[in-house]
Amino acid sequence: MMDRRSFLKKILSFLAVSGAAMGGFLKAGSAGAQATEEHARKLWGFGVSSDKCIGCARCVIACKSENNVPKEPFFYRTWVERYMIPMEGEAVVTNIHMGLAPEAEAPSTKGILRSFFVPKLCNQCAHPPCVQVCPVGATFSTDDGVVLVNDKTCIGCRYCIQACPYGARYLHPKTHTADKCTFCYHRLNRDLLPACVEVCPTQARVIGDLHSPASPMTRFKRMNKIFVLKSNLNTEPKVLYAHIDGEVR
Amino acid sequence: MKDLLKRVPDALLRLVFMFAVVIVGTIVVVKVIIPPHMKDVAIQHAETIRVENAKPIQFAGAVACTECHDELVAQKRKGYHRDLSCETCHGPAAAHTQDPDNVKPPAPRDRKFCPVCHTFNPSRPRGFPMINPVAHNPMKACITCHNPHDPKPPTVPRECAACHGEIARTLSVSHHVQLKCTTCHTAPARHRVSPRSVKPTKPVSRDFCGKCHAKDSAHMGAPKVDLAVHGAKYVCWQCHYPHLPEAE
Repeated sequence: MMDRRSFLKKILSFLAVSGAAMGGFLKAGSAGAQATEEHARKLWGFGVSSDKCIGCARCVIACKSENNVPKEPFFYRTWVERYMIPMEGEAVVTNIHMGLAPEAEAPSTKGILRSFFVPKLCNQCAHPPCVQVCPVGATFSTDDGVVLVNDKTCIGCRYCIQACPYGARYLHPKTHTADKCTFCYHRLNRDLLPACVEVCPTQARVIGDLHSPASPMTRFKRMNKIFVLKSNLNTEPKVLYAHIDGEVR
Repeated sequence: MKDLLKRVPDALLRLVFMFAVVIVGTIVVVKVIIPPHMKDVAIQHAETIRVENAKPIQFAGAVACTECHDELVAQKRKGYHRDLSCETCHGPAAAHTQDPDNVKPPAPRDRKFCPVCHTFNPSRPRGFPMINPVAHNPMKACITCHNPHDPKPPTVPRECAACHGEIARTLSVSHHVQLKCTTCHTAPARHRVSPRSVKPTKPVSRDFCGKCHAKDSAHMGAPKVDLAVHGAKYVCWQCHYPHLPEAE
């Protein structure tokens, strides 16, 4: 016959031992999984120094040939805008001409306060509106922070094109699926730079791993004051802009 | 047992059989007929990433060029085009790296290509080398004077306007058109060779403008102000642009 005291002691010691063993087992399992995940996972970020852009459109042309984007001037994965801010009135924004010979006559600077170029591309938002609205789950964020489109499931309904606040998507006229910048995902995983970063003559574009302390993006973030486009929408873009004018939308 | 089965009504047996068929059918459809990627979105995502990664590349990357063209790369590394990727001018060259003898990337040799970056455009950042292609040696190919792998002016320019064309044009319609650049700026001889590291001087005091514009100046034509009251603590060029004074 066991008295109450020894019974309670035995129960407590059993619970303590088994609990500790169980906890240790669970922790070991999950910690192992987490460690490998942390190590492998990158988070791609993109930097644009707006003041370095000379508006040569090499990036636009390189992107089109790298990613089979149609040559017509309505389909862009990346494009360059020219902002002309007049003395009075609203800023005039034009998509720059990307032929071999740019405008023969430079636009008049009369009445213009300041003017500059802004390269644009998909912002690879952390909270992407395009992913939220896709009715078939064809577009998604990868673990390394890039938003991709699965063109086997995409039904071409154009919801995502409407939802993107940055106008970064278009409907590919051949495949009839949504298409957008992928940071040249196929190049990143071959340790190459995206085509636009590769050809930019003034290093206005930078790409790197936001998690790595030694990546060009970390340097870009340390050396510049950083802005994102339409920050009020809380999409948390991973395309960061430096030296950008307040007029840029 | 047989009694039990006999006692169950025939209709109920049929019903149970039908249920069994439906359940087994559903299981077969879900487990066998519906392909796994339609049930698990993770498989679709993995497949998309696989397809995306398998896409061919067009641009070989700057490192690939250095493997064979080491002389050109060494030359380019010293010049102003040092940060330019080869494929910026020569176009996508992944095919050339696969078959260097038969596929040659184009080299733009005519006058059309360089102005893509170097035509004057007011939206371009200040200090970027720009020319007016209509006035700058028309009809001559750029490469007759400039080596694209190590670009620099072929001769050291004599006139300031060779590089500072925009200022020269502005000045030409201003009241200061008669003044030489050297009236206000002293350019060290080295400025012509390394324009960015050795810079010309600029006037530093109000008295400099006062040499012509002060009340007691001997200069007849220039408008006069009383330096003691006019402008107070500011230097002249904070309000007046010396290359186009009192414009518009």
